[in-house]
Amino acid sequence: MAIRDLSGADRGVRLRAPTLLRFLARQLDARPFFVIATVISLAFLFAAIFAPWVAPYAPNFQDPDALMAPPSAAHWCGTDSFGQDLLSRVIFGTRYVFLIGFSSVVIGAAGGLAIGLAAGLTHGAVEWGLMRFVDAILALPSLIMAIAFISILGPGIDKVIYAVGFAMIGPFARTVRADVLQVRAQAFVEAAGLMGVDRLRIIWRHILPNVVFPLAVQATIRIAEAILVSSALSFLGLGVVPPAPDWGLMISEGRAFISIVPWISGVPGAALALLLISLSIVGDGVREQFDPKLRANR
Amino acid sequence: MSDAAPIFRLLDVEKVYQIDRGGWSRLGRRPPRQLAALDGIRLTVRAGDSVALVGESGSGKSTLLRVLLGLTESSDGRALYRGDDIETLTDDKRRSFQRDVAMIYQDARASLNPRLKALDLIGEPIRQHALCRESELRDRVAALLARVGMPADTADRYPGQLSGGQVRRVAIARALASEPKVIVADEAVSGLDVSTQAQLLNLLRGLQHEMGLTLMFITHDLAVASYLCRRIAVMYLGRIVETGPTKEVLRHPLHPYTRALLNASPRFFEPIAETLPGEIPSPIDLPPGCRFAGRCPRAAQDCRTHEPPLATTHTKREVACLHPLID
Amino acid sequence: MMTQQSARQTNVLPLTRHRDPLLSFADISLARNGHSVLDRVSFDLGRGETLGLVGESGAGKSTIALVAMGLLRSPAVTLEGRMQFAEHGNLLAEPEAGWATLRGRRIAMIFQDPASALNPCFTVGRQLGDPLRRLLGFDQAATRRRSIELLESAGLNDAEARLAAFPHELSGGMQQRVMIAIALACNPELLLADEPTSALDVTIQAQIMQLILSQVRARNASCIFVLHDLALASQVCDRIVVLYAGQVVESGPAESVLRRSLHPYTNALKSCVIELDTETLTPPEGGLPAIGAMPAGCRFAPRCSRATALCASQTPPLRALEGRDIACWHPG
Repeated sequence: MAIRDLSGADRGVRLRAPTLLRFLARQLDARPFFVIATVISLAFLFAAIFAPWVAPYAPNFQDPDALMAPPSAAHWCGTDSFGQDLLSRVIFGTRYVFLIGFSSVVIGAAGGLAIGLAAGLTHGAVEWGLMRFVDAILALPSLIMAIAFISILGPGIDKVIYAVGFAMIGPFARTVRADVLQVRAQAFVEAAGLMGVDRLRIIWRHILPNVVFPLAVQATIRIAEAILVSSALSFLGLGVVPPAPDWGLMISEGRAFISIVPWISGVPGAALALLLISLSIVGDGVREQFDPKLRANR
Repeated sequence: MSDAAPIFRLLDVEKVYQIDRGGWSRLGRRPPRQLAALDGIRLTVRAGDSVALVGESGSGKSTLLRVLLGLTESSDGRALYRGDDIETLTDDKRRSFQRDVAMIYQDARASLNPRLKALDLIGEPIRQHALCRESELRDRVAALLARVGMPADTADRYPGQLSGGQVRRVAIARALASEPKVIVADEAVSGLDVSTQAQLLNLLRGLQHEMGLTLMFITHDLAVASYLCRRIAVMYLGRIVETGPTKEVLRHPLHPYTRALLNASPRFFEPIAETLPGEIPSPIDLPPGCRFAGRCPRAAQDCRTHEPPLATTHTKREVACLHPLID
Repeated sequence: MMTQQSARQTNVLPLTRHRDPLLSFADISLARNGHSVLDRVSFDLGRGETLGLVGESGAGKSTIALVAMGLLRSPAVTLEGRMQFAEHGNLLAEPEAGWATLRGRRIAMIFQDPASALNPCFTVGRQLGDPLRRLLGFDQAATRRRSIELLESAGLNDAEARLAAFPHELSGGMQQRVMIAIALACNPELLLADEPTSALDVTIQAQIMQLILSQVRARNASCIFVLHDLALASQVCDRIVVLYAGQVVESGPAESVLRRSLHPYTNALKSCVIELDTETLTPPEGGLPAIGAMPAGCRFAPRCSRATALCASQTPPLRALEGRDIACWHPG
């Protein structure tokens, strides 16, 4: 009993957002990878917000004296075939990465929440229809799905966000519905009904908060996936339009020279890999902290 | 007390669950299988009364409670609240039912939304029935917490921050928040430490006396039943086998099952009693005759063919047994 | 500081010790993540005796059972003291390999919730046969014969058919009977039963308790029960150890401890027991102190009606008094 109380359910409550920093310091000892990954992710985010001040050059400034220059004191990460500074482009590129990553996950999570909630709270034909719609989205990998949307909507950063976001509705809707079904069967929902609390209020106060929280945790994990899909779209030339400093686009531009000047693709590629790995570790860490099922096993 | 108005009346309530729709086996057509969770339940709960429903798991006491609360529809018979069918209450009467009848769940922690503070949990029925202004809510909740022996700062705690006993107290405070006249409790003190259980029993008994509550208490513990309730109804496999004033029933049980339950509860320094053989059988496709016959030390030939009804004896006690323990 | 001082005192004072104990706990302390869970727990258990660990949840009852099973051996846990079992001088110092020859074979355990202690993926026969094959080296036919014998002695009729059953096909009472059969498979000398009946109905509880007692007695084995029901403990235990917040407060023969209790906490526990003719209950206020906030002196002092200034400042040592061990400044 005492053992359970120590690691018990109260932890999730005490560790709310305001104590995040203190929590990180305490965790450095226990989970170094999680802390390192968090620091890296925050560094990328910082770079995205303060790009004009952090980056040594403008993203589209072309230095005719340094075409495809290797890393040097003037250009830390070298330049590309137009003489554009790769480091600056990678830094400005983080803006696209985070804009697309966050926005599409917000769209996916919002759509998934609406559909999942509706499917979880209804019966019969409505539920059946919604779930078949979700199955249809889930049937295709998110990249294929996004390509299909781009081909309808046309290229452009806003279109990428819509496409990636829509492709993510499926998985979000599935988990939301599962959570709704589970919460709906809880005694506190029945208790609220017995007290005469009306249906909308039960959904708003009792079901929604217990569904949104795990959803938010899942969203942090899915940001990495959204970034990967959007970069893949740009790489295929279907997403962000040149000369925007998008990482996927940059990797694609350097592809032709990969054997002679590997840094043109290599630098954005490494940045992408580093960010994705960091975000995944952060996402797993957050889930571990808040998912009651995983927590019980720790 | 017997003249008081009936709050609940159960008239031959039955609840049958369809297990399957039957089918074909090697022996031919198999009839549909049914599970009789409740069978011919007849019970009256009057205002100010306290009734304990006692029985082992699978006896149907939880199903009975759900029928009483309108959470489960009965298959047959009528369940009345102040003379009206519970399933078809008018909106007005349903509102007063929701306010007057409060439930305390067995798993108190599960019955409280983990993402709400005690203030909002206890405040919910108060807000729902608009019992006070929002500005007075905190004082009112503090008063309720004090009533169940908890400090006022509990209001800002989440259920996860409270111990098992404290969570039960918060659940009781919430049940009291709508100023109910009837409290329905399902194993409200089981699974707790003896000290916490004793504290809660005293709390419930105090509340019952001070507020004149009608109490409907489900328990498997006869001692708890006798501590809290004036009347007792012993259930076995979906039927009430014996009912009457708690003290009398426990002092002179008429039904062999009541006697067996009494024997089975542990007593200081007495050897473990001779126990009932076997276990409570599955309620699916029961054989004819008395349901207890298979485990009954007094079962005779007629017990296996005739199902005894709940009948009143000459001592004004009710028992469903062909050969009751009258010497 | 205080704790160490009184630890030394404890060793000086005579305890009511057994002449030839099967199991002996001597000043066993356990801390998890720096928090003390058990504090200088000492008691003896003779061969063929039954012992009941009683107290509120959080008192350390189940932890003691896990220590006796050698199941609390992780880096987060620090264990001190001496646990003597049969010919083994100190099992706490025993490496895992040594434990492997004892666990399941000479020391076995019955858990509170048979439904979760039995593996849902394997049949009863497989789970019962496993220790027989692995620990006793039985062959196929012998395993089957012995399994049927064990199930029958555990009171399961139609034992042969039960071997092929999966745990979920059995009722809670039958699952617990299977657990008992598994625990007794290797004729252990010591059986640990952690609340073996609290998940069961009262009529089944009596059956299971009787079964455990008769099987243990037939083997002249010893048994430790973890119980929260004092009345039940008085029915099944020869000796009682009353625990409070990780410390032994009173221990000795059930007769002396429960009938003529001297520790205020034992009396408080008794006053919480509800019986059929109970008119009023007078439970102690409050609950156990939190793990990280133990009172300085006697841990029960804040809830004790007899507490004095001495109780609040000095930890009472466990000492022998009127045929029992007791840790109280003002017994009586």
